[in-house]
Amino acid sequence: MSLAPDHAPTMARKGLAERLEPWAPVLLVPVMVLLGYLAIPATSSWLTLTVSGLAMGMMIFIMASGMTLVFGLMDVINFGHGAFVSIGAFVGVSVLIWLGGMAGAPSLVLNLLAMGAAAIAAMVVTGGVGWAFEKVIVKPVYGAHLKQILVTMGGLIVIEQLIVVIWGPEEIFIRRPETLQGGLTFAGAAIEKYRLLAVGVGLVLFLAMRFVLRRTKIGLIVRAGVENGEMVEALGYRLRLVFVGVFIAGSALAGLGGVMWGLYQEIITAHMGQEVMILIFIVVIIGGLGSVEGCFIGALLVGLLQNYIAFLEPKVALISNIGLMVAILMWRPMGMIPVVKAK
Amino acid sequence: MIATLLSGDAPRSRVLSLLLLAVLVCLALAPFLFPGTRSLDTAARICVFILLVASYDLLLGYGGIVSFAHTMFFGMGAYGVALSCEYLGRSWGALAFGIGAGSVAAIAAAFLIGLFSLRVRAIFFAMITLAVASAVAVLVSQLSQITGGEDGLNYQIPRALTPAFKFMDEPVFGVRMNGKLLNYYVVLAGSLVGVLFLLRVVNSPFGRVLQAIRENDFRAEAIGYRVVQYRVAATCLSAAIAAFAGALYAIWLRYVGPSTVLSMEIMLDILLMVVIGGMGTIYGAVLGATLFVVAQNYLQELMGLAAGAFEGLPILPALLSPDRWLLWLGLLFILSVYFFPTGIVGRLRDGR
Repeated sequence: MSLAPDHAPTMARKGLAERLEPWAPVLLVPVMVLLGYLAIPATSSWLTLTVSGLAMGMMIFIMASGMTLVFGLMDVINFGHGAFVSIGAFVGVSVLIWLGGMAGAPSLVLNLLAMGAAAIAAMVVTGGVGWAFEKVIVKPVYGAHLKQILVTMGGLIVIEQLIVVIWGPEEIFIRRPETLQGGLTFAGAAIEKYRLLAVGVGLVLFLAMRFVLRRTKIGLIVRAGVENGEMVEALGYRLRLVFVGVFIAGSALAGLGGVMWGLYQEIITAHMGQEVMILIFIVVIIGGLGSVEGCFIGALLVGLLQNYIAFLEPKVALISNIGLMVAILMWRPMGMIPVVKAK
Repeated sequence: MIATLLSGDAPRSRVLSLLLLAVLVCLALAPFLFPGTRSLDTAARICVFILLVASYDLLLGYGGIVSFAHTMFFGMGAYGVALSCEYLGRSWGALAFGIGAGSVAAIAAAFLIGLFSLRVRAIFFAMITLAVASAVAVLVSQLSQITGGEDGLNYQIPRALTPAFKFMDEPVFGVRMNGKLLNYYVVLAGSLVGVLFLLRVVNSPFGRVLQAIRENDFRAEAIGYRVVQYRVAATCLSAAIAAFAGALYAIWLRYVGPSTVLSMEIMLDILLMVVIGGMGTIYGAVLGATLFVVAQNYLQELMGLAAGAFEGLPILPALLSPDRWLLWLGLLFILSVYFFPTGIVGRLRDGR
């Protein structure tokens, strides 16, 4: 009989590389910006592209965050998420057109009020539609991924077609509010005001979402639900209600993102949701399904890369996002910040 | 004999057998039963879609994998034929090369996508295929020097398959014996062979393992089957057959363009045909595709009439206009997934 091996516990501190490892995805954003700086000859165009990349990333994040949370919490994959983007854009733009006087006035306060009204209207409507969507379409197919994908895809088509019935088949051109048009010049680089606004809104939303998820009780329940839903229910919380709440919030965020995206493109169509869905999917997958932070980083990476590549090599831009996705999945197959399921 | 042809997977319902037989007879005699260019076009479209939908059924119904890239594979086959006929000249060799190249490209793409997404999580596959397929569709319409962009390509196929070629001077039963007829029978034969091959595949041990994985992948893995390998193999096989269907379609139409072979709408059509016909049966693809294509061609006119009838009312005409065809399809799709998950074939088999 051999003796058991000696225990020799050591209290070694983790090496720097080991401690940095979980943060590696966060570092990717500055690395990307730096690479852009090295690749793009003129500093001013680099600055312009960086700001527009960040703005695009923030808007994608706003649209994608709801989807990733819904998946993390209830294992529901919602292919109809893009429909909320379209609805939000159409409702918001309709409100802006209706408030044409306020949006056209050369006053920043009035313009922001009109924008705010449009955003709130869009969020209320998409939240309501999201609630109905959850009740009618998603609820009967919990736990069956295959059916979820099919049914939510069907929901996307129906909603898109209803938008066409209500607003007509033509695309709508929309002008941004008066004071948000044009750009500022900073260090020789032209920066559109609207993009700065988008970056600001996105950043505020991300911080608010982080605060809610990390510092409040409801956030605690949501995070615990993502990790181990059964246990949370066993402790007496009605996770189903939390889930419906998250679904509504996610839909409302998609609606807000839709308004902002519509004004960014200055043109809206019923298909815009479907088009944005593709970016949303890429972001959600590379971020790690269920992770808000991963989604944020992924969105920024996609936005920056798309803008840099579109400037450097327009033909490649179409497939650059797929390339990014492939690279990241080779590095971390579950996405940058994989969500650990305690099951 | 028939049991061998069907790989021992009989329709198992008298009504279903009769319906299948009716479809087969109608398609086989289509040029004689339904004269006219439009109906022959419809019949050829049905043949192509039967094969395409059956190959999708292998993936969705038997493998339990949702793919949104099936039109991409379909398009690869079609563009393979189109490009080789365009650049290699008008010959049988070019045609064969096109079919081969399209299939190989489709298999390679399916292998790469499958390896990347299926190894982690089967649901990644749906999202990644959607992203890749849309990127490819945009790419095809952007590379207009090669692919003709949005306008697509018109090309020449061997003369024996075109209306200009007559192999009999006298019409038989009032049908002109020309290359178009020959072309139709090429498409029909290709589709028939393809569907019988798919039946063979799904009733092989390979097909059984796929079904086991669909029902419970964890358990299949535990028994010792390499789930990822089986899923990737199913993806590649289904992609190859979809590409073959695309090649047949390209031979029939003598034209390819993004909207005829690559668009998202066709992907939705395929999904609907599978679900309505019945997932995981192959026969469902036959019925689903036939019903759907006929409805698509003739029902839209009916909707137009209905819209006209409700002219004065507020929202009804807008809802019923033929352009809103997709709205009703979407509703039908959702309802059939909920209440009708086994499709027509499942219903018929239950009710025998």
